Amino acid sequence: MPDNNERPSLLSFAGDFLKRQVFAVQEYSLLSLQALVNVFTPPVYWTDTLEQMDSIGVGSLPIIIAAFLSIGGVLVLQTASQFQRFGETALTGDAVSLALVRELGPAIAALLVAGRNASGIASELGSMVVTEQVDAMRALGTDPTRKLVTPRVVAMVLVLPLLVVVADFVGLVGGFIVAHFTLRLGAVQFWTRAVNTLEFGDLVQGTVKPLIFGFIISTIACHKGLRVTGGTQGVGRATTSAVVASSLWMLIIDLFLAKFLLYMFQK
Amino acid sequence: MTLSSRPASQMHMTTLVPGEPLISFKNVRIGFDQGDVLRGVSFDVWPGETKVLLGESGSGKTLLMKLAAGLLHPDEGRVWVMGQELEAMSEHDLLDFRRHIGFVFQEGALFDSLTVAENVSFRLREEEIDDAQIEARVREVLRFVEMEQAINMYPGELSGGMRRRVSIARALVDRPPFVFYDSPTAGLDPVTSQTIITLILRCRDLQGVTSMLATHRVQDAFGLARFRFDGATGRVLPVSHNGHQTAPREDQGEGSPPTNVLVLRDGKVYFEGAAEEVLHSSDEYLKTFLVSAE
Repeated sequence: MPDNNERPSLLSFAGDFLKRQVFAVQEYSLLSLQALVNVFTPPVYWTDTLEQMDSIGVGSLPIIIAAFLSIGGVLVLQTASQFQRFGETALTGDAVSLALVRELGPAIAALLVAGRNASGIASELGSMVVTEQVDAMRALGTDPTRKLVTPRVVAMVLVLPLLVVVADFVGLVGGFIVAHFTLRLGAVQFWTRAVNTLEFGDLVQGTVKPLIFGFIISTIACHKGLRVTGGTQGVGRATTSAVVASSLWMLIIDLFLAKFLLYMFQK
Repeated sequence: MTLSSRPASQMHMTTLVPGEPLISFKNVRIGFDQGDVLRGVSFDVWPGETKVLLGESGSGKTLLMKLAAGLLHPDEGRVWVMGQELEAMSEHDLLDFRRHIGFVFQEGALFDSLTVAENVSFRLREEEIDDAQIEARVREVLRFVEMEQAINMYPGELSGGMRRRVSIARALVDRPPFVFYDSPTAGLDPVTSQTIITLILRCRDLQGVTSMLATHRVQDAFGLARFRFDGATGRVLPVSHNGHQTAPREDQGEGSPPTNVLVLRDGKVYFEGAAEEVLHSSDEYLKTFLVSAE
């Protein structure tokens, strides 16, 4: 005979789980909205925003440069092997440029920035929560969303597109170096094709995506950090969760964003 | 804005209503996943009073402080502070309200990326007060807690007792009429604990601060009830008449305002009264608690 107590407990477990998830989505939505509203109402912490721009932007530059030099080179190696079959190695510049500007630049730069900064933001805010610094801030009459979240969100949204521009350029430089030494492509040939193949829609895609990715990464990281429970172990969990969730949601939204932008520019 | 343009008496957002308590809890209940922690708590804190919350770990002392500061909201019941019902206030209004109270957290909760001076001046900088005025006020309040020498140090470089003192300085920087002390002596050695209690006596007796203090050390309660800080001599002196009132009277005369004890047990107020009454109580639980808490 089945245990009558088992069914309600399983149901209540599932119910509690669902409630927690819905509550988390509600909290995330409110936090994101508040972070945006704070930009347009005083006080705005511009000094904190500049500090975060320095930390996220300048701090991420070395990994962006190193990664995209390599990515550009690999792209040339992979595409050139196909183009060589048709004797069209000159098209390498086009392929690298389009791939980087439309997709790989925004997506991979965002993933790298998420890995470096989402973890940093979540662990910093999480540590502040478990040591009651966030409560102390509230007790001193300062809104933690305004002081901690909005500067990070604004900084990330402003800085990620700039990092993507650097990433695209460095990727092309990496591609050109490899193309020059392996395919004997000249600088004029490579750069002319790389630049001319780009259309207005490609540039819009390359700029709009990082704006949205920056918002997703920073808000998820802040939300995970501010929801930490369970002491230092909780901070560790939040840090991992922030990187995984922000990367995953960034890639999922990229799919819909790519479709929408391609539709907008009739690609 | 300048500090001088904001005298202490005008910094408070509300005026105290004569005959009304400063803080009032009515049937407050709050619970978490594990169940209710507070189950219908009611009590008042009067102007000038020092209310010591005693209870075992997990009895809800910190929760009461956070409820009174509007950092948490009760599931049921009402909390009034300085004539305002906290439940009826928006978060924006609560932020404004909290600028007029001081809160000393259990571990200090100092911002670890800021220096002592930056921690103490945090609230003043938010109000965009002149740098020179901030500097003067920070030095004054750090001198009060005898921590001026650490002005440029970071919290990580301070001992536990020093962090508590800086935390008290941060809470006092805007001359609040009310200060919450959450287990200010927890984890400290007896000598340092006594230093902290002396500091709380100074705040009470020199600045007239009303306070709520959560602790599991009965020595803290008796230290506050039996002694007062004499500003003229700079010494801690015993008081004999204290602890027999639930509210201060106009004819109170010399000495410190009353110190009352509130003992929490199983989420409810188990005992409320003067510190000396706890000592002489024949209640078995209170007797056991006093012995185990010493």
